[in-house]
Amino acid sequence: MRILLVEDDAEAASYIAKGLQEVGHVVDHVGNGRDGLFMAMSERYDMMILDRMLPHVDGLSIVKAIRADNNATPVLVLSALGNVDDRVNGLRAGGDDYLVKPFAFAELLARVEALGRRGTGEAAEATVLRVEDLELDRLARRVTRAGKSIELQPREFRLLEYMLRNSGRVVTRTMLLENVWDYHFDPQTNLIDVHISRLRQKIDKGFERPLIHTVRGAGYRLGLE
Amino acid sequence: MDWSSRLLRTTAFRLSLSYLIIFTASAVTLIAVIYLTSNALVERQIMETIAAEIRGLSDQYRERGLVGLAELIHERGGNQPGRQSLYLLTGEDDRPIAGNLSVWPRDVIESEGWLRVPVRGQRGVDAIARWQSLPGGYRLLVGRSLHDVREVQRAVTRAMFLGLAATVVLGIVGSFVMSRQILQRIEGVNASIRRITRGEISQRLPRNGSDDEFDQLVANVNAMLDQIERLIDSIRAVSDNIAHDLRTPLHRLRSRIDVALMGDDAGELRATLEQTLAEADNLLATFNALLTIARAEAGARLGEFGSVDLAVVAHDVCELYEPLAEDRGVHLTCAVAAPLPVSGDRHLLSQALANLLDNAAKYTPPGGRVGVEVDPRRREVVVWDTGPGVPAEAREKVLERFSRLDATRSTPGNGLGLSLVAAVARLHDARLLLEDNQPGLRVRLVFPEA
Repeated sequence: MRILLVEDDAEAASYIAKGLQEVGHVVDHVGNGRDGLFMAMSERYDMMILDRMLPHVDGLSIVKAIRADNNATPVLVLSALGNVDDRVNGLRAGGDDYLVKPFAFAELLARVEALGRRGTGEAAEATVLRVEDLELDRLARRVTRAGKSIELQPREFRLLEYMLRNSGRVVTRTMLLENVWDYHFDPQTNLIDVHISRLRQKIDKGFERPLIHTVRGAGYRLGLE
Repeated sequence: MDWSSRLLRTTAFRLSLSYLIIFTASAVTLIAVIYLTSNALVERQIMETIAAEIRGLSDQYRERGLVGLAELIHERGGNQPGRQSLYLLTGEDDRPIAGNLSVWPRDVIESEGWLRVPVRGQRGVDAIARWQSLPGGYRLLVGRSLHDVREVQRAVTRAMFLGLAATVVLGIVGSFVMSRQILQRIEGVNASIRRITRGEISQRLPRNGSDDEFDQLVANVNAMLDQIERLIDSIRAVSDNIAHDLRTPLHRLRSRIDVALMGDDAGELRATLEQTLAEADNLLATFNALLTIARAEAGARLGEFGSVDLAVVAHDVCELYEPLAEDRGVHLTCAVAAPLPVSGDRHLLSQALANLLDNAAKYTPPGGRVGVEVDPRRREVVVWDTGPGVPAEAREKVLERFSRLDATRSTPGNGLGLSLVAAVARLHDARLLLEDNQPGLRVRLVFPEA
């Protein structure tokens, strides 16, 4: 993907840019809001990563400006402001995701990949989500694997639905907590692992090839090995 | 700016002055109306008297003839000049026969048989008279001087204006005194505020105990200052705590890196780095928890409070912890069917309940039970467990930051869970009660009436 990174902290920027380039993305980096706004308005990108607090023009103003210009490029807002209200403001301004600093690179990468997929306009409203022999029918609220029906609790259903939408990509525990439970705090115990292992019991148990994989230091991935 | 010019600029003074002007204008109008009305009334009464008298005299003339009439005029004082009543009886050649006027008045304004004698050199009427022709070519004139009436009117008007002048003077003096009093009270308040602005934050505005509107204003401002001082204190306490409590783990982190740098085994270095990363993450979690507590404690309702159904919040949190409880062999029951709407912050309430449930699930041994109940009648959410509980004497202490019971040191946790619950409870005006579940701990969050 071609990614615009607007970040005034040079060290943080090189850390992000280096990491993204290593996995094959092309990153344009600018260090202040004015240049960021100019680049965002004049070039085509698949994704923008904007720091919230920037010299000259702040990140949220850039988002507002490109949204007013009917530019729907996915935007990930980075910020040191981590309150729920800060997050709400960030998303209300037109950001697609909000990541609080400091973060693990795996977290950033997972979110970039998830957003990038959304940007390709993949049928987000498809009624049947499918990976290999696993099928989830959103209308009938039914899950089958290899034609065999699987009973899921409502929350498990939503968990699987989210993982299916991001199949093949890493989803982090925080992403799951935010998107499946709408919680923006870290539970002291690692609850998500317990939920995943439960889901795993229902989806993978008795099948030769597991679909839910743990990605060490990052999160989980749904799909074949 | 000196005292008196400031006095003139006070609101109180301007207000009383404008009242004074309005009052004076209305008083002058009142006097004018009284004057004009009484004038018209007096003239009408005099005219009626004159008309009655001239009718009576004409009757007498018809009955008693010219001599009788002349006698009558004489009896009524018609022979003394300068009297109130004026009489004149003239013959054919306008020669006076009887009366206290020597000649027929000249320079009169005559209308409908009425004569008005103007005062020489002045506006107004000196006398009013009426005349009538009598058979035989005689003419009879009867009149009244208005001199005395005018005198009385003048005296009354003068008295009224003197009174008015006195009122105005008193009013101005009164405004000064009143403004001075108000200015003095404001000055007292201003002096206190200046001291507070200079940093004497414990200073309060002076009250005079009268409980008037001004005193109430001062009381409210004082209450506001109390709140501000409390907030400043709590911010100071929080930053002190953060400084103190983050320094220890930071120090640990630093020493670990130091030690790792002394060695040169790449594998060991990597292991240390991984440990350090985990420790940094813990540190961040602690830092975030502290910020959330500080935010809830400062009472800063940055996020809008909304209507939150605690039953839904409890249900969701229950669902989040249910697999964990099952994994640990703890039986979790959730009685959260009946809705309990409160005004609050959904995220903070969720986090508080999650912390309570986390503690309950963490400390209850396998085979034990944990329950969540929402009771709309008592407006409370209860989280209970059959774990070791908290001894009565330690219940206050566990709500403090970083407080952990000695028996729990081996369990992971940062000791901030319950302090966050306490802060969230305070933010929502809810009471946080720690009770004995016999056995175990029973935590009640009692919310105020909606």
